[in-house]
This record gives sequence, C-alpha cells and structure tokens, in this order.
Amino acid sequence: MSAGSPLPVGVERRTVAGEETLATRGEPVYGEPTDGDWRAWNASRSKLGAMFEHGMETGLAGGDRVLYLGAAAGTTVSHVADFAGPTYAVEFAPRPTRDLLDVAQSRDRLFPLLKDARSPETYAHVVESDLDAIVQDVATRGQADVAVRNAQFLADDGRLVAAIKARSEDVTADPEAVFDRAVDRLGDAYEVLDRRRLEPYHEDHLAVIATPR
Amino acid sequence: MTNHDPAHAGWFADILPDDADSATAAIAEGTTDQPRHWPEIAVESGFAADVDDYYDRLHKATLDATRTAVAEHERADDRQLVHAIRSLDDCERTANELAERAAEWAGGLFADVDAGIEGAREVATYEPNTAAERRAVSLATRVVDLADEAEAIREFIERTAPAVAPNLAAMAGPVLASRLIALAGGLEALAKKPSGTVQVLGAEDALFAHLEGHAPSPKHGIIFTHEYVRETRPADRGSAARALAGKLTIAARIDHYSGDHREGVHEDLRDRIATIRARAEDDEDGAEGDR
Ligand SMILES: C[S@@+](CC[C@H](N)C(=O)[O-])C[C@H]1O[C@@H](n2cnc3c(N)ncnc32)[C@H](O)[C@@H]1O
Repeated sequence: MSAGSPLPVGVERRTVAGEETLATRGEPVYGEPTDGDWRAWNASRSKLGAMFEHGMETGLAGGDRVLYLGAAAGTTVSHVADFAGPTYAVEFAPRPTRDLLDVAQSRDRLFPLLKDARSPETYAHVVESDLDAIVQDVATRGQADVAVRNAQFLADDGRLVAAIKARSEDVTADPEAVFDRAVDRLGDAYEVLDRRRLEPYHEDHLAVIATPR
Repeated sequence: MTNHDPAHAGWFADILPDDADSATAAIAEGTTDQPRHWPEIAVESGFAADVDDYYDRLHKATLDATRTAVAEHERADDRQLVHAIRSLDDCERTANELAERAAEWAGGLFADVDAGIEGAREVATYEPNTAAERRAVSLATRVVDLADEAEAIREFIERTAPAVAPNLAAMAGPVLASRLIALAGGLEALAKKPSGTVQVLGAEDALFAHLEGHAPSPKHGIIFTHEYVRETRPADRGSAARALAGKLTIAARIDHYSGDHREGVHEDLRDRIATIRARAEDDEDGAEGDR
C-alpha cells in the first residue's frame, strides 16, 4: 500500500503497541498508543494520514512551513507540528479550539488562530507568505473556494494538500460529480497534480494535491 | 483597521515587544490585504532579535489571543442562556394564565373541560361549530403552542448550560444554573460574587426588607429550589444553603476561568450535605436549631 513516495522526515512507519502504523514524535494528544517518544498516527482519524498510507506525493518533506485550515481539536495538526516547522492552525469553532490550545501549549512552533478560513484578510497580518504547504480539511460547503482564497499564502512551488468531503457540498449528488466540480473550481488558482479517493480510511472523501498557477 | 503599508501591516506593528494586551488585540482584530514575510519584517523593525525569537513571541501571542477569543465566545453563549431562561419563565407563566382563561371560556361551551395546559390540549382538538367555539378552540391552540415552546426552550437550556458552565450545571442542574447566571447578570458576574450573595440571589425583596429593619435576614434565595436545601429539615436549611452557595460559587469560578470538569468540588459538597443531614439523626433530644 505504501509503495509511493517517501514520507516526510519525522514521519515513520513503526510498530506501536503491536500494530504497524504511521508515527511522529511529540506529546500524546488524544489517547493514542505510544512507544517511547513515538505516537501512533491513525489514518482512519486523519485525512492527511490516509494520504500518506496511500503513498501520495504531498510535497511535504519535514520542517516545512504550513498553514492548516480546519484544525478542529488538533488531532492531525498535532502530527503536522511534530514533523513540520512553523505551523499556523486555523479553526473557527470555539469549542474544539479550546482543546487545540492544549495541543499548541506543548508545541512551540504551532500557532493556534480562531479565524474563519473564508476570510484570509483576518489572519494575513499573522500568517506569513511563501509557505511550503496548505493542508486543508474544513468539511463545509465551499471547500474549493476556501482553498482558492488561501492560495495567496503559498510559495510559487508550494503545495495545496486538501481533503474534499462530498457530503459537505451536496448530500444527494453523486460524489464523483461533486469532486469534479470542486477540482474545476480549484483550477481558478491551482494546477492540480494528483487526486485520489481516501477509501478505505475515509468514505466519499477526495484528496487533492495542487500547486499555485 | 486594514493597513496597506507593509511596515505597519503586521500584527506586531506599533506594539512594544512585551505588551501582551495589545498583542492579543492586534491578533484578534487586525486585518490586512495580503500576507508578507512577517518574521523577517519583525526582525528588521526591531520587534524581535531574530527569527526564533519572533516565533517564540508569536507562539505566546497566538496562545493568549486565541484563549481570550475562545473565552469571549463562550461568554457570549451565557447571554443566550439568560435570554432563554427569561423566555422560559414568560412562556410558562403566560401559558398557565391563558390556559385558565381558555378553560373558563371552553367550559361554558363544551362538556367536561379540564383546567390547565392538559385541558387546553384537549380543547385544541375539538371541532368548533360556532363563532364562539372557534375562538375558544383557537385560544386553546395558542396555549398549547406556548407550552410547547417552553418545552423546546427548556431542552435548549439543558443542552447549552453544560457547555457554558459544566460544573455549575452539574451541581445545580441546567435550569437552576441558568437562573443563577441570569440573576447575577452573566457567568463572569456570578463568578465574581461572594458566596453570601449567591446564597440569597433571587431573594432581593426579602433582603431589602431585612436591611430596612423589619424582617429577618433571608437564609436562601432561588437556591431553595435545589433538593439539598429543600429536602433538608428546616432547622438545618440555613447550613445547607450556605454550603451549597459556597460550592456553587467555586463551580462558577472554575467554569469562568478554566472550564474543565473538576470532580473534587462535587464530592466536597456531597460530603458536606451528608454531614449536615446526619445531625438530624443525632438529635434525639430535638433540633438544636440552626446556627
Ligand atoms: C473534519 S473537521 C477537521 C478535523 C481535523 N482536520 C483533524 O483531522 O484533526 C473540520 C473542521 O473544520 C472546521 N471548519 C469548517 N469551516 C471552517 C472555516 N470556514 N474556517 C475555519 N474552520 C472551519 C470545523 O469547525 C471543523 O472543526
């Protein structure tokens, strides 16, 4: 399953608690199994984890500067902050953000922001330009639009690493039709490099890797 | 405050490196049209010694700003609770008053009309045949709608209060917790009140009468509705009310300042009430009175 591209430095495939799994090094966050400093990264709980399990070429190398949109309580962004460099985490719901604060407390290059990803002008005075990657998992209507509006944060050779959830756009439509429309909208700001569905880890989710055009 | 001049557009522009309050406000409220190389700009402008120092400052500032913003949003939710509890009371009171009126009217038109909301529910299903019957049935229908609205508001309170004030809601129940928050004027205001004030919240009339010298001091206000007070024998109710008010005050403070559930304060209260109630069993020679 993992024949594809190499994992970023700082992400390893290890045996933790008797199971082969992706893992990063950092403070445990959500009761995940650990082995010494290593904490298991469960691909069924993380779209980005599932992309690595599928061997997708995300462009993430380790030490990257990242903008993470839709951080929620910090499950995935905690792993990102473990292997990446400065990581800006945007989330607009107050309740999960409270948990995100705990995750950021023990990670000194993780910057939590209670902001709406549809309004990048409200955090452009904090988040720096020329980033290596945007990781996006907002799961609300207008996902491609969010990615387009945030393209301004990426370096010319930066990567958009996005998960698109079909049901967030339209519960009744055929997921493939929803994905085609989203990829089409991404074309306004990006060149799409790769797309694939995230089954069996996440149903009706499309992963998209793109670079600014 | 959108600022297009690069030198002044970053969150750190025009603030002193150790001014945490201004940094919090700048992160929360600032806007700008496009991102720039903030770490390098901050170093050039002298805000930070080097890029690492900048990120350290940014980490502290984003934690502070986001913690404050989260707390503000949750406080905003306590205002929804205040509206909800007042609306619940108004809906219930109005529904009961109108139910009485509707029963009186319908009682003269139909056989066997029961009083109260349940009576109105029955009348609302009747088929009216005259202009007067139409009005009486319609009035009963409004009563039912109001009663249903009160029930929906109560459900909203039961869902919302535990999120806004987890410890207070667990200790007092969602409805009494919301009443206390409403009487105090918000969770923050409640958290800042001494426990003696919390004990008599809702008994303001009795308290004024006492201060004017023609009444004993009230032993409890709205917290009388809590089983720990109401179901304690009269001689010990003052002690029970004092103990309950003390722990409610602590619960409100935990909820306002930290927000996580702390089992310790709930255990303390249970022990305290058990001790107070044990006195009744010890007092074979009659109650020794409340001190
Ligand atoms: C599927 S969850 C993210 C889970 C997370 N990425 C993880 O794997 O740990 C989607 C999150 O995006 C947030 N979200 C949705 N729309 C958003 C917006 N416009 N701005 C910021 N956050 C948003 C939601 O509040 C929710 O917490």
